[in-house]
Amino acid sequence: MSDAYAHLHDAEQRRQNRKNAVPGRQVIIKIKRCDGPGKPSRWESFKVKTEAGSNVISCLKSIAANPVTTDGKQSTPVVWDSGCLEEVCGACTMVINGRVRQSCSCLIDEYAPREGDTLTLEPMSKFPVIRDLWVDRERMFHALKRVQAWVPIDGTYNLGAGPKESPEQQQTRYDLSECMTCGCCLEACPQFNLEEDEQAWDTAFIGAQAISQARLFNEHETGKRLKGERLDTLMGAGGVSDCGNAQNCVKVCPKGIPLTESIAAVGRSTTIHAVTRFFRGK
Amino acid sequence: MTEQRVIVVGGGLAGLAAAVRVAEAGVPVDLVSMVPVKRSHSVCAQGGINACNEVARQQGYSEYQHFDETIFGGDFLADQGPVLEMANWAPRIIDLLDRMGVPFNRTAEGFRDLRLFGGSLFKRTHFSGATTGQQLLYALDEQARRYEAEGKIKKYEFWEFLWPVTEGEGDDKRCVGMVAQDMRTMQIRAFRGAAVVMATGGNGLVFGKSTNSVICNGGAAARCYQAGAHYGNAEMIQVHPTAIPGADKCRLMSESARGEGGRVWVPKQKGDTRRPKDIPESERYYLLEERYPDYGNLVPRDIATREIFDICVNEGMGVDGENQVYLDLTHRDPDYLTRKLGGIMEIYEKFVGEDPRFNPMKIFPAVHYSMGGMWTTYTAGAYNPDSPLPAHKPGNAIPVSSDPGQGLTIGAPNNMMTNITGLYAFGEVNFAYHGATRLGANALLSCIFDGLCNGQSVVNYVRDEAGAVDDVASPVYDSVVKQEQDKHDALVSSSSGGSGDNSFNPYAIAKEMGDEMNAASTVVKSGPRLGQCMNKLSELRERYAKVELGDAAAWTNQSLSFSRAVGDMLIMAEAVAKGGLLREESRGSHYRTDFQDRDDDKFWKTSLAKYNPDTGSTDMEFVEVRKGLVQSRPRTYGKTAPAKSEPKQTAAAS
Repeated sequence: MSDAYAHLHDAEQRRQNRKNAVPGRQVIIKIKRCDGPGKPSRWESFKVKTEAGSNVISCLKSIAANPVTTDGKQSTPVVWDSGCLEEVCGACTMVINGRVRQSCSCLIDEYAPREGDTLTLEPMSKFPVIRDLWVDRERMFHALKRVQAWVPIDGTYNLGAGPKESPEQQQTRYDLSECMTCGCCLEACPQFNLEEDEQAWDTAFIGAQAISQARLFNEHETGKRLKGERLDTLMGAGGVSDCGNAQNCVKVCPKGIPLTESIAAVGRSTTIHAVTRFFRGK
Repeated sequence: MTEQRVIVVGGGLAGLAAAVRVAEAGVPVDLVSMVPVKRSHSVCAQGGINACNEVARQQGYSEYQHFDETIFGGDFLADQGPVLEMANWAPRIIDLLDRMGVPFNRTAEGFRDLRLFGGSLFKRTHFSGATTGQQLLYALDEQARRYEAEGKIKKYEFWEFLWPVTEGEGDDKRCVGMVAQDMRTMQIRAFRGAAVVMATGGNGLVFGKSTNSVICNGGAAARCYQAGAHYGNAEMIQVHPTAIPGADKCRLMSESARGEGGRVWVPKQKGDTRRPKDIPESERYYLLEERYPDYGNLVPRDIATREIFDICVNEGMGVDGENQVYLDLTHRDPDYLTRKLGGIMEIYEKFVGEDPRFNPMKIFPAVHYSMGGMWTTYTAGAYNPDSPLPAHKPGNAIPVSSDPGQGLTIGAPNNMMTNITGLYAFGEVNFAYHGATRLGANALLSCIFDGLCNGQSVVNYVRDEAGAVDDVASPVYDSVVKQEQDKHDALVSSSSGGSGDNSFNPYAIAKEMGDEMNAASTVVKSGPRLGQCMNKLSELRERYAKVELGDAAAWTNQSLSFSRAVGDMLIMAEAVAKGGLLREESRGSHYRTDFQDRDDDKFWKTSLAKYNPDTGSTDMEFVEVRKGLVQSRPRTYGKTAPAKSEPKQTAAAS
């Protein structure tokens, strides 16, 4: 794991790369491909000419228009998931040079600054592959249902304003609310594993994403009404106590969400909740 | 009779608001989206959402003023009733979002904070950092998930809308469902629905690189159009003044950057190579502030765009001799910027590699929003003045209350219904609300308003007017499934025995369409250029008829989905170009060099595109705008007279 995340200390290197990148160079994009569930994986490499501001997306688009591999074989356009291309929707997450991140904000100048440099793309490994780089992250949305990640309002009719809130409290919630369900934290987590069987989703480790979202709604004045139920879920199988404290999640979160803080906060809440429940006898 | 279901296509703000409102009323919803709804394009909206509020109200602002600003901003092209209703609902919508837990920025005392936005002199924009769209979308996504968990909403994510299913002809034509395809398994199937709500957003991809997400190709609207739904004001495309040009797309730099004090400038001296920090105030030309002393940097988007375009393209004064100007926030406190604009500061830093807190950003206009869209109708509300009113002055008596029902009859089944009974269009995909230019921070409002207010209309239609959809014979659905399966199979078979000729490559065709539409049909248009554009589009359509796919896979074939959409986009592009060609005037975002003035006599009208299945192209007519609430007046935003020559003289003097 430590090697895969060494890049985090390489921000300066990437800045340098960007400054020194050779304009108009050709780079190799090496992609782990798979035709569908249960099919074997294979590697294919494509040569791509860079332009100003090239990112992984522009390279994949240029491959789609002319999918010929470096050994001259006619292939097919690569399948991948993408949306906003501004690192705010979470769709285009993949493993790039061994680390998980959004591909839209991955600039070729930073990763492959010289002629002939190679960039490696793989699908996330903790979610089932649909095809090529596209994986099925339904499990993350399922987890949001498990922790009832919503404010239980009394319907959508006009009933006046919501609760007042201090700027500090707003800032805390806003930081948590920037989670775009991309799955970086889960890909990097040693405790969170690929689980193709949907039945197992309710007992396997739920991961930092949903725990942090539970905290977000527990922090809201009205959201608190479901706090007990959320904590019940997170005290059960696959809950917060399955966290192994590797702290990879917080290191790879593209939004800088304080995930370990969330896990600790929810951990404390579950302890208090358990004790309260014990004395109430239920 | 079994349950009547409603189908909502698209899970952005409009689709989610509609789904939640309809489900809440007890009508089950099928929510169909090409992406997990939480990843819809609404996440990209940054700046905020407009609504009258107590602070502004006590300074003379009102819902009515918001309405007046929106009509004026849109250069009087919008039908007026729905805009009044939207402005009146706005404060209630903010309250609701607040209750849903949206982390709106707060004042020290804990009230919702406000910021300035274009087209208004009052602070009336509510915001959540610089990712307001994301935060609003998440709040609605959460409520939709809650109903999903309760079984009231069923989601079909990674399903692509292919065609509406209708029965009957002419005025009797009604929508009874739709056909969609699972983007993973490629299964094509029909969905029965008593009503279908299209909430599929804009069509930025028609113009190549835009600020839009990769899913915003307008394909769904183009398919409804080919199936007989009319399309209004197709030529009205908003080009946002401030975006970062990129290799894959143009990334938006929110108008809130200007709302928080951002200043647009270029060096007075052409080709000045000094770093921006080294150029003294006296040698900078703040083009918007000098040309528009009243509104300054906060003129509406079409005006800012044309001025930036003019200074770069016509005057050749762009920064470093390129098509770019400075958007400067470096005079503001860096911590303040992080707090108020963190989201966009990060985007700039990540993609450009410079910190905008300390270096002025380099920006240029990019295609952003479609004011035009599927034509929709409505039942007017109670407000009906004897004669239309002149401009509203802040603080004057307000002519109409802000109670619901003044602009629209709430719950009337035809509100935001297309010309096909039972087929609705909500949010960016319809043509209502924004006329010829959308004011910043009105989009989020119009999308949520459609869902919440007009969602009730859908419920009433399903309960009171729609016949039992179960009685519709299966062949009605089967024939559309077959039509789409045939189309699909033809595309798949085009991949074998390809000629290898790049002119039939779908990606090449799409790129040429984007380049052509961007050049001919955005900031500056003219009759001859649009004529040329129409010819190019015909050529592309001929080539598209022989399109060759690069992938024959029967599983998760993205090339197929893309190529199919290219065909639909070409048809839409023709309607956009033709509207621009026939509208021989300049109005809002539509600027013709050969007809530079607004022409109310001839063109205070909606352009209405109708697809002609016999010719395979667009028939266009102009129909009356539904007005009568406010008078037309010149839209100048206090522009000072011949400001344009000033920079040149100063440059020569310095």
